[in-house]
Amino acid sequence: MSRTHLRIALGVVVAAAALYAPYYFQPTMNQELSRALYFAVAAMGLNLLTGFNGQVSIGHGAFFGVGAFTTAILMDSHGMTFELTIPLAALLAAAVGVLVGIPALRVRGLYLALVTLGLAVLFPRIGQKYVKGRGGVALVRPDRDGFDSLLDALANDQWQYLECLAIAAVLFLLAYNLTRSRIGRAMVAVRDQEVAASTVGVNLARVKVGAFALSAAYAGVAGSLSVMVDRAADATDPTVAFRNSIEFLVAVVIGGTATIAGPAIGALVVVLLRRETDGLIEGKEVLSPAIFGAALIAMIYVLPGGVVGGLRKLTDRILPARDGEPPGPVAAAALEPEAVATPGGAGAGPHTRAPTTKEKP
Amino acid sequence: MDLFIRYVLNGVGNGAVYASVALALVLIFRTTGLLNLAQGEMALFSTYFAWKLTSLGLSVFVAIPLTVVASMVGGAVIERVLIRPVHGPDKSPLNVLIVMLGMFLALNALAQLVFSDDAEPMPKPWASVSSPGDPTGADRIVELLGVRFSWSVIGLVVALLAECALLYVLFQRTKVGLKLRAVASNGASARLVGINSSAMLMLGWALAAGLGALAGSLVAADRGSVNPGLMAVVLVYSFAAAALGGFDSPVGAVVGGMIVAIAEALTTGYVKALSTIELVVPFALILLVLVVRPTGLFGKKVVERV
Repeated sequence: MSRTHLRIALGVVVAAAALYAPYYFQPTMNQELSRALYFAVAAMGLNLLTGFNGQVSIGHGAFFGVGAFTTAILMDSHGMTFELTIPLAALLAAAVGVLVGIPALRVRGLYLALVTLGLAVLFPRIGQKYVKGRGGVALVRPDRDGFDSLLDALANDQWQYLECLAIAAVLFLLAYNLTRSRIGRAMVAVRDQEVAASTVGVNLARVKVGAFALSAAYAGVAGSLSVMVDRAADATDPTVAFRNSIEFLVAVVIGGTATIAGPAIGALVVVLLRRETDGLIEGKEVLSPAIFGAALIAMIYVLPGGVVGGLRKLTDRILPARDGEPPGPVAAAALEPEAVATPGGAGAGPHTRAPTTKEKP
Repeated sequence: MDLFIRYVLNGVGNGAVYASVALALVLIFRTTGLLNLAQGEMALFSTYFAWKLTSLGLSVFVAIPLTVVASMVGGAVIERVLIRPVHGPDKSPLNVLIVMLGMFLALNALAQLVFSDDAEPMPKPWASVSSPGDPTGADRIVELLGVRFSWSVIGLVVALLAECALLYVLFQRTKVGLKLRAVASNGASARLVGINSSAMLMLGWALAAGLGALAGSLVAADRGSVNPGLMAVVLVYSFAAAALGGFDSPVGAVVGGMIVAIAEALTTGYVKALSTIELVVPFALILLVLVVRPTGLFGKKVVERV
């Protein structure tokens, strides 16, 4: 069996399972899975920016929030249909993304992480100051009827799950095609070597700001979907945007950075992990973040390349050769940076690198 | 004018705290190139430890030094056990970021599980007057040249000056400091001349944890109590301070801390529209500086080779 066959088989099984799930599970579990789906959309957005374009953001909770509030306010105060608000939420989040992406051109790596962290910390405070929902707090709760199933055959929870699934599937397909296009290759080139990319004609500013806008739009759509699943857009808790931002990043890394399936797997892991650790011991709510944090560290140890990285390693062991590609050191090096790591780890890296940098003028 | 001086003095007190934590961030950044997101929560854990010691009857003057020493051991252990296996030039930088985020969540929760999930009174290591309703007493005020200083400002500034002096002597006047600087400036060459760089990395984390513990204990004493959310806000301002000064510059950390805190005190004092969103100030400052001078006020520019 070749890799392509394996992939197709796996894809069919996953798609069948995803379509059958809402009929199999109870409504609470369906809600949890819908949550995983919108989480996956936000994580995919972040993956486009961080995984493929190399711009680290700890602020996607803010774009997510922009999307959520756009939808909630448009439905609550302007009586719009839920589905109509989704593209508007995406557009508005993208606009905010451009606003953040332009100053982000000047800063990179850690500094960018910092600026975006500020975004996540600021967002709920701005929300609390300017958004006044019912009761005067920054919480907007549209009517339940706005999300009711349009088909008689489906219960509300099933309808919502399938709507999230359809939107997520479209956005994942879009991301898949994008990363294999000219734009996607430009994004990866900018990530790997900015200066070199610009010398071969990649417009750095356009690619980076574009990646920011697209990524923010994904997060905005996710926020929009979250209003349907969680029934409210909420900025009353000042830590919520920050926590979301962290969890999106966690989903990307746990699933597998710069892969297409990674964010979906990561989102499922994060949402289920949170569900399992919440209320593990009665009256000890604080135990949940302790276990969540410890689990994160443990997962990085066990799967440094994320779940997808781990699966690739496994298939490499079972099916040694790739399709039409002889097993060689070049392929191995491209696929698994860990495999060519020197045994000394952190200590040995610079030694092996030093001569190459000296050779160049 | 009186009001202006009062705002500035408030700012200086806070600035000393932000500067201490920013110094800890800079120490770790210089030796390992990492931005330690868990710095605040490490300090929070230490601060609860200090509170526990004082609640067991120890004097605050014994409790804080003991905490600093214990935190240094803890910091070294964290570097060795949690950070080193996932950090290196050939490993994904995102993995170490996730480990630090995990530490951030877990340490905050652990502090609440092990010690207390409530606000606990922290005794002040400087002069205070007992006041009803306040278990640790209010700060004593001294008047100097017509300006009223609170003892907490003096205590915080003295602690910051002591930290700076100690770090200066350690880095510039001792052999260990020379090794630390060597590892920071070029790890590979430092190893080639026989410096145990692993030990130096552990020492860097230990120093940072110790600084954080001291800053945490003092800010808790200044605010009167330690609570689980105490250091998260301080960390945000300290990030701002370190970014402003440049992540590789200790001088920048101190100057940045003061600028951020005084700017915060003045703007929230005079601009009423900024109440509750005072956090806008440090980020506006960061953004401004990074756009004009991406490496911070005192940072060195790194030349990139292709």
